[in-house]
Amino acid sequence: MKSVLGFLFGIFLSLLLVLWIGESPLFVLEVLYRSAFGSKYDLGLTLFYATNLAFTGLSVAVAFKAGLFNIGAEGQLHFAAILTAWVGMTFSQLPMGLALPLAFMASTGFGFLYGLVPGLLKAYRGSHEVIVTMMMNFIAAGVASYLTLNVLKNPNSQNPETSPVSPGFFSPERDLTQQFFEGAPVNYTLWIAIGIAVLVYFFLSKTTAGYKLRAAGLNAASARFSGIDSRKVQMLAMGFAGALAGFVALNEITGSAGKYRIGFSADYGFVGIAVALMARNHPLGILISAFLFGALQKGAADLDFETELITRDFARIIQGIVILSVTAFYFIDFKKLIQKWRSK
Amino acid sequence: MTGLPWLDELISLVLATLRSATPLIFAALGGFFSERSGTVQISLEGQMLMGALTGAVIALKTGNPYLGFICGGLAGVFVTLVFAVFSLKLRMDQIVLGTGLNILAMGLAPFVTKVFFDSTGSTPSLPAESRFTSEPMFLLFALIPLLLWWFAKTKSSLYVQFAGENPTILSSLGKSVLKIRLYSLMTCGLLAGFGGASLSLFLASAYSPNMTAGRGFIALAALIFGKWKPGPTIAACLFFAFIDSLQVQLQGSGLPVQFIQILPYLVTVVALAGFFGRSRAPAAIGKPLEESK
Repeated sequence: MKSVLGFLFGIFLSLLLVLWIGESPLFVLEVLYRSAFGSKYDLGLTLFYATNLAFTGLSVAVAFKAGLFNIGAEGQLHFAAILTAWVGMTFSQLPMGLALPLAFMASTGFGFLYGLVPGLLKAYRGSHEVIVTMMMNFIAAGVASYLTLNVLKNPNSQNPETSPVSPGFFSPERDLTQQFFEGAPVNYTLWIAIGIAVLVYFFLSKTTAGYKLRAAGLNAASARFSGIDSRKVQMLAMGFAGALAGFVALNEITGSAGKYRIGFSADYGFVGIAVALMARNHPLGILISAFLFGALQKGAADLDFETELITRDFARIIQGIVILSVTAFYFIDFKKLIQKWRSK
Repeated sequence: MTGLPWLDELISLVLATLRSATPLIFAALGGFFSERSGTVQISLEGQMLMGALTGAVIALKTGNPYLGFICGGLAGVFVTLVFAVFSLKLRMDQIVLGTGLNILAMGLAPFVTKVFFDSTGSTPSLPAESRFTSEPMFLLFALIPLLLWWFAKTKSSLYVQFAGENPTILSSLGKSVLKIRLYSLMTCGLLAGFGGASLSLFLASAYSPNMTAGRGFIALAALIFGKWKPGPTIAACLFFAFIDSLQVQLQGSGLPVQFIQILPYLVTVVALAGFFGRSRAPAAIGKPLEESK
């Protein structure tokens, strides 16, 4: 409840900013609404962003439940995406029935590995995962840009992107979800995102492994006393978080683009932090908050065309303000405030 | 100029290193204040960005680079004041906060240029008389010995260190940890803002989109690589700036440019893994203050 209030307050503050530069807040709200729900295509685009944000939000949340901060989702998804694109270009003869499971394994597997590195360093060398994942974001960007421009470059394109993957990996004309949304980039991975969120929910709340993960997150030392190897648990949780971020690669390579494009990610990894924060790391809540942030992302792109002064970067302003106001609402103790006010 | 080509090349390499080290050192020293006083600081990038933007805007409007530079520093202070309200008063998680402020700064910069200059992300370029030729560098040269002396010899530097290592002792001495962390944060913002302003007023001649390009994170990397000590941190900045300047020299040598770009991050990860001796963060870093009466 508090997070919804925080979200609304954040939007309200952003609209004040709109008012200040002389645009109409009501018009902005109308554009935001229309661009998210106006047509099937618009909704499809919003759902496409939401799919990616659900994956990164889950990634952040799982790490958080294990007491870790994964700000490396951005790096993990880039690393997974470039290598999944490479797999898709290399195994060009595979039929769809084999290609898609392979792409699934590649995107989550490479994401897992890239997440495992900070987990390993945290568990056995005591390195702080925040700094390591942050540095690894830049390393992934560098590696991906090298591979894209020097090794896997598309010779027929002026854009910084790899060659397309083979049709077994990417054939949008057979994607019923995409058809339904009139060609919007949303695709079958939307249903995977929903399924994974449910699975993560059951994993965390109903399984022994999930219980161990949460125990290690709540108090690593006392978890160790009760026989849980918290170091190993945290390490694997980080890998797990990386695998979840890797799903974004599955969406991009096999669902929407069919190739790796430099800069394809609209900061999904970082916005995922806001998504998880607003849902208080609840896997099912993340689906809802991913949808709200997806709508903002889509809406801001439309504001770029429809207003004079607002550019697509406005999404970032709203995201930043919402992060601040949502957490402020958590930390402000309203009961205390009301009591204070009454006693005066 | 000396008649010896290799010497010319060396001198130009050294000068290029010093130039590109200037914003890094400013920001890393800012991060030093914040982290040593117990606040995890990942929003250096946002502070630099605001400093660079404000510096360029004020220098453009007034024609005075000094005023621009100072306002750039104040813009950094403003960011850290917001940081302080949320982290010290509301005891919000500092990493979430840092990420949020970075995202906000990245959104605000193009917004401001659009509103003021009707351009998508950059300011018009500055005329020669309203930008610097070398002044920020000399300011930094003057500042470094002063800071090293302050760190080694003064009581107030001990207070800052205790705020980050063992705040309870400090409060039992009757000092306010909150105040010390607040002042350290403001110093951090000032220095990081200066770093940003020296980017737009000294290294370049305008504000351009996302001009910090990860320098705030490199500065943080230098701070960690330098084990949270001022001397080694400055040395790490110089090292990273040297790598950056080599980039130009190494073009066409077959070594991929991306490799040079990721080198600072790579060595930081290796350093964090403890392969260059242990680097230990301040003990109380990131922990919010206990509720005080």
